[in-house]
Amino acid sequence: MASLDDLKKRIASVKSTQKITKAMKMVAAAKLRKAQESAEKGRPYSEKMNNVILNLSSGISDKENAPKLLSGTGDNKVYLCVVMTSDRGLCGGFNSNIIKKAKSYFSKILSEGKELKIMTVGSKGNDQLKRMYGDKIIENISFKESKNANYFDADKVGKIVIDKFERSEFDICTIFYNQFKNVITQIPQAQQIIPLNSEGSEDNTSEESYEFEPDEDEILNNLLPKNISTQIFKAMLENSASEQGSRMSAMDNATRNAGEMVDKLTIQYNRSRQAAITKELIEIISGAESL
Amino acid sequence: MSEEFKIEIVNPEKSFLVKDDVSEVVVPAYEGEMGILKDHISIISFLKPGIIKILSKSGDESYYIEDGIVEFKNNNLSILTSSIFNIADMDKSKKQDLLKQAEEESGKEEISDQSRYLIDQKIEVLKTLN
Repeated sequence: MASLDDLKKRIASVKSTQKITKAMKMVAAAKLRKAQESAEKGRPYSEKMNNVILNLSSGISDKENAPKLLSGTGDNKVYLCVVMTSDRGLCGGFNSNIIKKAKSYFSKILSEGKELKIMTVGSKGNDQLKRMYGDKIIENISFKESKNANYFDADKVGKIVIDKFERSEFDICTIFYNQFKNVITQIPQAQQIIPLNSEGSEDNTSEESYEFEPDEDEILNNLLPKNISTQIFKAMLENSASEQGSRMSAMDNATRNAGEMVDKLTIQYNRSRQAAITKELIEIISGAESL
Repeated sequence: MSEEFKIEIVNPEKSFLVKDDVSEVVVPAYEGEMGILKDHISIISFLKPGIIKILSKSGDESYYIEDGIVEFKNNNLSILTSSIFNIADMDKSKKQDLLKQAEEESGKEEISDQSRYLIDQKIEVLKTLN
């Protein structure tokens, strides 16, 4: 059995760990509120953008010559997957959930004999993926310097994606991120952004015809790249809210576990202290008796 | 009959402005300035750098905008933009900064004609503001 001194040291160390996790939880809670707010505030923009595009694409006259970003290259050989993760650890299953989702998608693609290219946003995803898919990763971006998700960063990612598309390096692009539902639930999402998936939202489009200035094609050509940045930005916002939420609950658990451990160790400490005292007493008494 | 309609300006970070007592909006559309009144036909257009003027009961406002999309439908005007500034809130140095940035950009060699046109527009608008 461990000596009293050892136990004392362990209790102290667990207690200081508990202090750290408690502090991290509180920081995450404060950041979460902010991140959640900006995720909610960002929603109208991406929704409006989507609506406009749906209205536009339903009104497009010449389906054959529709912009490639909307209709696709007509091929589906090369897949680009943008995996968005955090730059920091200690946030529970946040990163592994995205990676798990992404990996199952990857193996599906590879088993179909398609070519796979990976772009990672955030260093944690890169760390986890490079062991298995190191040769497939073509780009790794991380925004460690920027405190909050901002549109400027998203635009940078979007520009890279579009640039690659225009050089026809891939046919289909999917982004992976965690959708924020609430503090304990984050749902890993796979969203296809190129070509644009317009299923399920048909009811929003009206039969009413729009006037376009300049013509549809030009507006679409201008709008679609913006939409990609917007979708990536939305994913980033959701991700940062999810990250904080996930970290908060992970740290809450850690604090609770540390508390339990301290209790257990304290009991053990007291027991062995008692045992030592009893032992000493027995020694004294039996010494006195033998006289 | 009221002659007012609703305007909503959103940027990626948040809903920038919502007003429902607007009587007229002038936007710098791609093919020239466009005034929008109530019961305008549904229209989608995109914007070039310029000034949005909003005339309403509660006071007139102007905003400087660098790009965006405007959609008008059922007396709802939505403007999507990634860079918008309230002119009343812009101080001298901010305007100077933006102008300098734009001029730097136009100094580059490898930009397309279309973006050059937009940058020239930007510079012109900023110059009038300064």
